[in-house]
Amino acid sequence: MTSGVEAIAAAFAGDGRRAALMPYMMGGFPDLDTSRRVAEAYADGGADLVELGVPFSDPLADGPVIHAAGTAALRAGATTHGVLAVGRALAERVPVVAMVYANLVMARGLERFADDLAAHGISGLIVPDLPLEESDAVRAACDGAGLALVPLVAPTTPDERMARIGASARGFVYAVSVAGTTGERAAPADAYRDIVTRAKAATGVPVALGFGIGTPEQARTAADAGADGVIVGTRLVRAVAEAQDAPAAVHELIAQFARALS
Amino acid sequence: MSSAVEHRYGPYGGQYVPETLMPALAELEQAWVAARDDAGFREELEVLLRDFVGRPSPLYLAHRLSEVAGRRLYLKREDLNHTGAHKINNAIGQALLARRMGKRRIIAETGAGQHGVATATACALMDLECVVYMGVEDIRRQAPNVQRMNLLGATVSPVDAGARTLKEASSEAIRDWTTNVATTHYIIGSAVGPAPYPAIVRDLQRVIGDEARAQVLEREGRLPDRVIACVGGGSNAIGIFAPFVGDEGVELIGVEAGGEALEPGRHGAPLTVAGRPGVLHGSLSAVLQDEMGQILEAHSISAGLDYPGSGPEHAHLRDLGRARYLAVSDAEALETFRRVTRLEGIIPALETAHALHYALAPADSELDIVCCSGRGDKDLAEVLGQA
Repeated sequence: MTSGVEAIAAAFAGDGRRAALMPYMMGGFPDLDTSRRVAEAYADGGADLVELGVPFSDPLADGPVIHAAGTAALRAGATTHGVLAVGRALAERVPVVAMVYANLVMARGLERFADDLAAHGISGLIVPDLPLEESDAVRAACDGAGLALVPLVAPTTPDERMARIGASARGFVYAVSVAGTTGERAAPADAYRDIVTRAKAATGVPVALGFGIGTPEQARTAADAGADGVIVGTRLVRAVAEAQDAPAAVHELIAQFARALS
Repeated sequence: MSSAVEHRYGPYGGQYVPETLMPALAELEQAWVAARDDAGFREELEVLLRDFVGRPSPLYLAHRLSEVAGRRLYLKREDLNHTGAHKINNAIGQALLARRMGKRRIIAETGAGQHGVATATACALMDLECVVYMGVEDIRRQAPNVQRMNLLGATVSPVDAGARTLKEASSEAIRDWTTNVATTHYIIGSAVGPAPYPAIVRDLQRVIGDEARAQVLEREGRLPDRVIACVGGGSNAIGIFAPFVGDEGVELIGVEAGGEALEPGRHGAPLTVAGRPGVLHGSLSAVLQDEMGQILEAHSISAGLDYPGSGPEHAHLRDLGRARYLAVSDAEALETFRRVTRLEGIIPALETAHALHYALAPADSELDIVCCSGRGDKDLAEVLGQA
């Protein structure tokens, strides 16, 4: 069986694009059933990997759109277990990386949580509120289950620290394009280039750029800046919130992003 | 010389925040270590605490409360501080620190509004920009403090998420800090948050306990049997406890919000109910949460105790058996609020009324100090509305 780490490496190597397209979805939003169909649409639209958010009551790293989606998902009855089941179906088509806040991981127990993810065919884990200093035990649990614990780096991260984070990375490094929370925003192209260049110099694994990328043009700019992967989140979650037919809407959007990266 | 600032209290504490903030936390820690060893900084803080805040606050032997309790009961009068609560001790210190770091924009969260008012006051004094995040529900129940913050030139930013109280206000403040970290210092109001905040807030609030310990020794020639304080995040409690931790004979008691009942969603007493530890607002501590790890809403009649988390050092003191934590209900706090007002001519904050309620219950003690953490003017509308 292929490990999560290997599945992620293969997805980056074999994307056949300027950069791998990694859309984010909020699991269980607006409800588990729609969320399953949204996941299918992500795969149909051309996602190379999918980042699957598990809703949390207090998502410190997220802006208003993803925060509201998480709140709505919880209100609709989403559970960690239910969202991982969405991940299991999706993982049969593309590698899935779960984005989970630290308290949900710790509540389950680190080893058990990692084993749950692996049992659902999920390849990696991103914990947005688990910096390097707090991450040893979670990384060990992920390593034990063949999962990639993907760290984040930010524009505020100094080079020396980025090198230590880059050395600890499994799967890929998640580079945050701007200081701030998730959400669509304009950003100067040289900002993308600066963080991507510094992150790539700090690690041997691919670097995916996220936070604030909301248009196909921005995705193209990120790829041109050297990103190995492009993460699109809020734009798609907003589409799910606003569209009459959410799966059709995100399918079309992801196809547009895919074309921009072709 | 100082050692570095502690990051952990037993298993509790830590730095569970987005990577974007980690360099800012390191910068803050360095700045704090340098400032607290700098005689100039200490002198400036001491002068402001004396001449602007009005320190030392009196240790008052409450005669009529003592009669009711059947023991000598002293109040450490933090309610007499400028702005009416202990919160100013921390706000002034952190505002000085921010100025030293060259950060001209200050953000804060507030529940009851006391920390917001204290921060707005410190920012007016030092000519710093100030934005205070406050839940819509707390804006409703603490209207006088909102008016004070506006008068002081602060921007009160309403938070409409979740239960619209302190937890959501804290989350919004952290999101703002993540976005504006280059220009902004976040003045956390309680002994919570990622390291080094719990240590900084404790160090700045420790003046309460240092004074109280010296005052009681001078007045009584002995240490108290018990020191009692209310605990939301736990800043007034850790401030008065800190100098007594090494005094084995002094019992330390933290009083949490029992709310309507000790059932999920109806109280604010995570240390008392002692569930599984959890991560909230950047540190691991006693937290109200469900089996999955979703943080539960707290409930308390007092906005300052209406919080599902707690300071990590309190969780550690509890596990060590060095401090004890228990809960007093909304109804008990309201009853004591009225009773203390009539008996002593002191209108305590609803938060403080929790600690006073426990202090008046029968106990095997001869000498108690209660931290009278704040005054209750802000609570009149809420209390009279419950009549």
